[in-house]
Amino acid sequence: MTFSPELEARFEKLLRTYPPGRERGAMIPMLMYAQDEVGSVSQELIEEVARRVGVTPLQVQEVISYYSMLHPTPMGKYHVQICTNISCLLWDGDKLWEQACKKLGIGHKEVTPDGRISLEEVECIGACSWAPAIQVNYDFHHFVTPEQLDRLLDSLGKKQ
Amino acid sequence: MLYNEPSPLETRILSRRFGLPDSASIDTYLRTDGYKAFLKASGMTPEQIIEELKISNLRGRGGAGFPTGMKWSFVPRQSPKPKYIVVNADESEPGTCKDRVLMEYDPHQLIEGCLIAGLAVDAHKGWIYIRGEYRYLIEVMDKALAEAYEKGWLGKNIQGTGFDFDLYTHTGAGAYECGEESALLESLEGKRGVPRIRPPFPAVVGAFQCPTVLNNVETFCAVPPIILNGGKAFADLGVPKAGGTKLTCLTGHVNRPGVYELRLGFPVMQMIEEVGGGMRNGKKLKAFIPGGSSCPLLNAAECEGATMDYDSMAARKSMLGSGGVVVMDEDTCMVKAALRIMRFYAHESCGWCIPCREGTTWLRKILIRFHEGGGVRSDIDLMADISKNMLGRTFCPLGDAAALPTISIVEKFREEFEDHLNGKPCPFEHAGQMVMA
Amino acid sequence: MPDLVKLSIDGREVQAAPGTLVIDAAKREGIEVPAFCYYEGFTLQAACRMCLVEVEKMPKLQTACTLPVAEGMVVRTETAQVAEARKYMLEFLLTNHPLDCPVCDKGGECELQDMTFRYGVGESRYTELKVHTPEKQFSPVVFFDAPRCILCYRCVRVCNEGMGVGALGVINRGVVSEIAPNKGDHLECDECGACIDICPVGALTSGIYRYKARPWEMEHVGTICTHCADGCKTTLGVRNGHIIRGNNRDQSGINREFLCIKGRYAFDFYDHPDRLQAPLVRVNGKLEEVSWAQALKIVADKFNRTVADGGSFGVIGSNHTTNEENYYLQKFAREVLGTNNIDHRRTGDVVTLLDALSGKEAKLATVADLYERKAALVLGADLALEHPLLSYQLRANYRHHQAHIYAVTPGPVREDKYAVASIRVGGPAVKVGGDLGITPGRDVGAVSNGPGSAPVGGPGVVPNNGQTSEGPRWEPVNGPGIATGDPSGFVHPHDVSAVPADYFAALESLRDKLKAEPELVILFDDDFKGDEIRQLVEFGDSLGIPVKYVCLVDYSNSRGAVDMGLTPELLPGYKPSERPGMHSDEMLDADLSVLWIVGENPLRNGRTRKAGFLVVHEMFLTETARQADVVLPAACAYEKNGTVTNNTGEVQRLKRGIDTMGAKPDLEIMGFIAREMGVAAALGPWSADVVFEEIRRKVRGYDIPLPVIATGGAAQTMPVNGRIPVANRPDLVRSDHNGLFASGTLGRYSRVLNSVLESREAADETNPSPAVLSR
Ligand SMILES: Cc1cc2nc3c(=O)[nH]c(=O)nc-3n(C[C@H](O)[C@H](O)[C@H](O)COP(=O)(O)O)c2cc1C
Ligand code: SF4
Ligand code: FES
Repeated sequence: MTFSPELEARFEKLLRTYPPGRERGAMIPMLMYAQDEVGSVSQELIEEVARRVGVTPLQVQEVISYYSMLHPTPMGKYHVQICTNISCLLWDGDKLWEQACKKLGIGHKEVTPDGRISLEEVECIGACSWAPAIQVNYDFHHFVTPEQLDRLLDSLGKKQ
Repeated sequence: MLYNEPSPLETRILSRRFGLPDSASIDTYLRTDGYKAFLKASGMTPEQIIEELKISNLRGRGGAGFPTGMKWSFVPRQSPKPKYIVVNADESEPGTCKDRVLMEYDPHQLIEGCLIAGLAVDAHKGWIYIRGEYRYLIEVMDKALAEAYEKGWLGKNIQGTGFDFDLYTHTGAGAYECGEESALLESLEGKRGVPRIRPPFPAVVGAFQCPTVLNNVETFCAVPPIILNGGKAFADLGVPKAGGTKLTCLTGHVNRPGVYELRLGFPVMQMIEEVGGGMRNGKKLKAFIPGGSSCPLLNAAECEGATMDYDSMAARKSMLGSGGVVVMDEDTCMVKAALRIMRFYAHESCGWCIPCREGTTWLRKILIRFHEGGGVRSDIDLMADISKNMLGRTFCPLGDAAALPTISIVEKFREEFEDHLNGKPCPFEHAGQMVMA
Repeated sequence: MPDLVKLSIDGREVQAAPGTLVIDAAKREGIEVPAFCYYEGFTLQAACRMCLVEVEKMPKLQTACTLPVAEGMVVRTETAQVAEARKYMLEFLLTNHPLDCPVCDKGGECELQDMTFRYGVGESRYTELKVHTPEKQFSPVVFFDAPRCILCYRCVRVCNEGMGVGALGVINRGVVSEIAPNKGDHLECDECGACIDICPVGALTSGIYRYKARPWEMEHVGTICTHCADGCKTTLGVRNGHIIRGNNRDQSGINREFLCIKGRYAFDFYDHPDRLQAPLVRVNGKLEEVSWAQALKIVADKFNRTVADGGSFGVIGSNHTTNEENYYLQKFAREVLGTNNIDHRRTGDVVTLLDALSGKEAKLATVADLYERKAALVLGADLALEHPLLSYQLRANYRHHQAHIYAVTPGPVREDKYAVASIRVGGPAVKVGGDLGITPGRDVGAVSNGPGSAPVGGPGVVPNNGQTSEGPRWEPVNGPGIATGDPSGFVHPHDVSAVPADYFAALESLRDKLKAEPELVILFDDDFKGDEIRQLVEFGDSLGIPVKYVCLVDYSNSRGAVDMGLTPELLPGYKPSERPGMHSDEMLDADLSVLWIVGENPLRNGRTRKAGFLVVHEMFLTETARQADVVLPAACAYEKNGTVTNNTGEVQRLKRGIDTMGAKPDLEIMGFIAREMGVAAALGPWSADVVFEEIRRKVRGYDIPLPVIATGGAAQTMPVNGRIPVANRPDLVRSDHNGLFASGTLGRYSRVLNSVLESREAADETNPSPAVLSR
């Protein structure tokens, strides 16, 4: 499996970060960064990472299925994550979630038919004081109002 | 730009650079006493550094509140194995968002804290374990690390002191349990985030099976000011058994939610009224979580006279926790709050041990049914009972974290559960129905 | 011996070695602390929380499975608080566990059922929906029913730690956590069934036993596996004359909890439809069924006539038959038929080893030694495939005692994962002997031209990741591991295929490392024979440390066959034969009047018989049987009594579990022929016990304590002291190198072994990606 030169460079650095013989430590970062580039944790990626860090594919499978940010199938180009945990709930985060589901016609971890947007109801994302909060891919949006969400979803639907 | 305006009632020690132009850059840091504490510490013996921390009464800011100086003193310095520093930047406790700003606005303070920890325990390598969702902070930290390497504050023979130190970022991938220290270490080693059997504690067998100092971001960030100004000055800011300030994340139904640095011992009501600008829409206070969703809730009466410190909260059978304050007003449905909290723990239970794995899911199922109006009277006691059967019997404290708030809600807001009985619709549900995953 | 720790458990004063876990200390006192996830010998999990006990001065209940004993500790295992904790732990467990006990294979042997009976709540407070997922088939042998699984992780550990395979893992998290196989939807593993055996509930069940019987309907017969030479004890579950399953329920054998696929499942050749159940006699060129009386008469008459006419006999015995049968057969040949033309298939050069060790004490390792000795050197064999028990012992030794394992083999082996050093040799491993400095000249020539020049795929040194600056690279591969930081799992090796490196330097350094060991066991296969073994023993002597040896052989009684004198040169107990006869190959090529083959298939490779008359004892119509004049249907090991001697010279007893109609044990057949010939008196009774008594008196080394084997134990034969005064024929030694799924003729008729092979082939066709496990 081939990756971009930047990612290869990052991997090389990563593998040197952990004590000798402990390259397995690089597994989760490698999966995360590779997922960003290739879109999901495919079987091929599992085998590649297993080979590079010296474990069995099963050991990678055990890991990816544990962590909620590693997806075996691709999410949308814009992965919209809406927090409904307690602090956001108190600022109607749950309403934002319902609004997004209705508007896009998709549910938890589903992708719009055009593959542009996916939704995920997430647990606390560390933006509690600026609730309600959502994350689009890795970008935070704070103090989100229903109107803002509406506009955001519209723009993501169109954005190139 | 800061996420929220600071408050005049803050005591800004760790957050003193917040808001400075280019506050994250090494130049700003160096201009404002940056890395001076490290230089000072490099002239001290490890024992002196640890002693200073003990004097400061610094207690861990990750939630458990263990005295930091004591923790560092547990690292066996004679061990032939390498020793490591690990920063817990997994910040996932609902209600908590302080480590984020510490890293975003002042990453070098964290780096300097790690360097001093390295001096204190003879460690020369460390990792900052940052939750996966905080990708932008990995970039911020990586940039700061690169600057520090470039300017000779990391790497070999730092500033001619003869001390070597390497520090790296490491990303998580979405798992609350990886905030638990031993699960974090498993995750750092490329495994499932399942906690380890303890003892041995990380200080003795930690990262990659070597002695490790593992602390929260805020804990490390408190170290440079302590070394620079002396432990006593820090201790004096707080209360007798807990020194310094605490970054408090004020969330929920207040007018000015935000992250504020307050002295330990700050009165709860003053915090709500003056720092937070009072209850939103002038509503009445109903419930209060002092430090993240794992803490037992206080009702309004219990908040009177309470102060934000370990002892005051312990006296009210709760905990100071991580600093994630959640304020709930009179319109909040406590059944719904309990349900949301339990959905979180059921989702985040690692599944390793029986009581947590099965207990959280069972409670979640009952609460869903209950909130939808399908509850029967015996469910109320059953929920309390299930929680008590988990309490103290799980493999790691996540089980307790799920049980404690539930017990407190059922006990303190029992009448709200009764109001939901017999197919009655939720009295607080004005519009829409909550979607259950 | 460190001072014992004194503590009190349930008011009893208890002493235990430091480091002992409370659960074990209690058990030794007869106090059973309930546990699901704890399993002695494997890493600690503390996951099931069943073992919670009260300890004075500790605020919370403690898990007895992780708590080491301490001086003055006061433990209580049966208080009201403890009982309550157990009761509710079971309630938690049962929330999602289907209550299908009446149809569950485990019913009656289920630990969850037993515990619920003892500690559980009467009624369930759980009224929510249970999660249901359909049952899955992981392999021909292994079925998995996820809802029944209580996640005790025993299966994961036995596969990873015990077997060194790591084919099972845990996926997902929280309440949807599930045991998963290594190939996505199926397993690729040793198919040993250990996971099924160790599962406390009915989550893992075997394709062979599923829905066949209830445990209490079976009779349990402890006997010895008939396949490889490791000699595992297997307990047959017998119902109505059928073997329903094999396992090691009482764990009393030399193999304790271990069995491989053959020992556990491959008994199933016994009722293969092709099994012979009546004697066959050639009539007009065709084999036809006749009665036993007729067949015996034909054979006896032929034998008598041939003796009278001064005709020639050849006798080939088997390495599957019992010591009694082999002894009786050679006695028959030598004393009645008057011939020394007697042999069997030789699979390891035991003779030279015994000769080379003459005059040396305590030089033969036992199976237990492999678990206890500080170091072991494996030469040539792929132990995990060919000698699964011995490989298991080494792994356990490594995990529990950090034993140093060295492997010098032609290909990657499982031992690489934890060996201190692994060295690949290009050609036959026999060269290793030379390279280790046993013979001068280092004549590896073609395969290595000195430092750094080893060809790819040829000799190389496995990069050893075992030792890093942080210490050895073992660690729990799954779960929290064990509190004391002992080794607990195996790390998958990095690319171990042929890293060209300084081959000679590696061998030198191996030699130095071995010298520094306190003691050593050397295991070698048929790559070493004759003078090479003598050199190996010299090499062992040169190390200056106590060294023991294991000469690896095939099949359940290869070792016994040589001991019993099934060779033309040697009589029972290695006494020289005055007129050595022909060996197998010569017999097959000679124009003998009569060739008598007992349980062997030497004509398998398209050879045709030369002898005038061929009598064959067999279970199946093999290539050899097909060419016979008389075929006598023989019983298999599960249908007879007697003894067998394994690889390590340990004698164990077979116990008859079933009868197959029409077939007879070879000993009985021989006895009947003798009776029919009128020579029975000369040979003595054909009862296994009587023959064994004679063996004990007459065969060197076999004067072993009877009670030991009578009670199902193993007794090692005594060393053969004094040189063996004869040249034996190392050139005839050839191992079949049967892997895990092969076992000569028996393997060919085992449905289980064939189904595994077929499923492998099918998987290879659909998914040609290279196998991941180093096998
Ligand atoms: C379930 C669970 C989650 C935790 N999450 C975090 C976390 O996100 N961040 C953190 O710093 N500590 C967290 N902790 C606390 C850590 O286990 C540990 O006590 C802390 O990192 C030690 O650092 P300190 O002494 O500086 O507080 C968590 C603990 C538990 C039991
Ligand atoms: S309490 Fe048990 S299941 Fe829950 S997170 Fe801890 S170890 Fe995992
Ligand atoms: S046996 Fe102790 S927790 Fe399972």
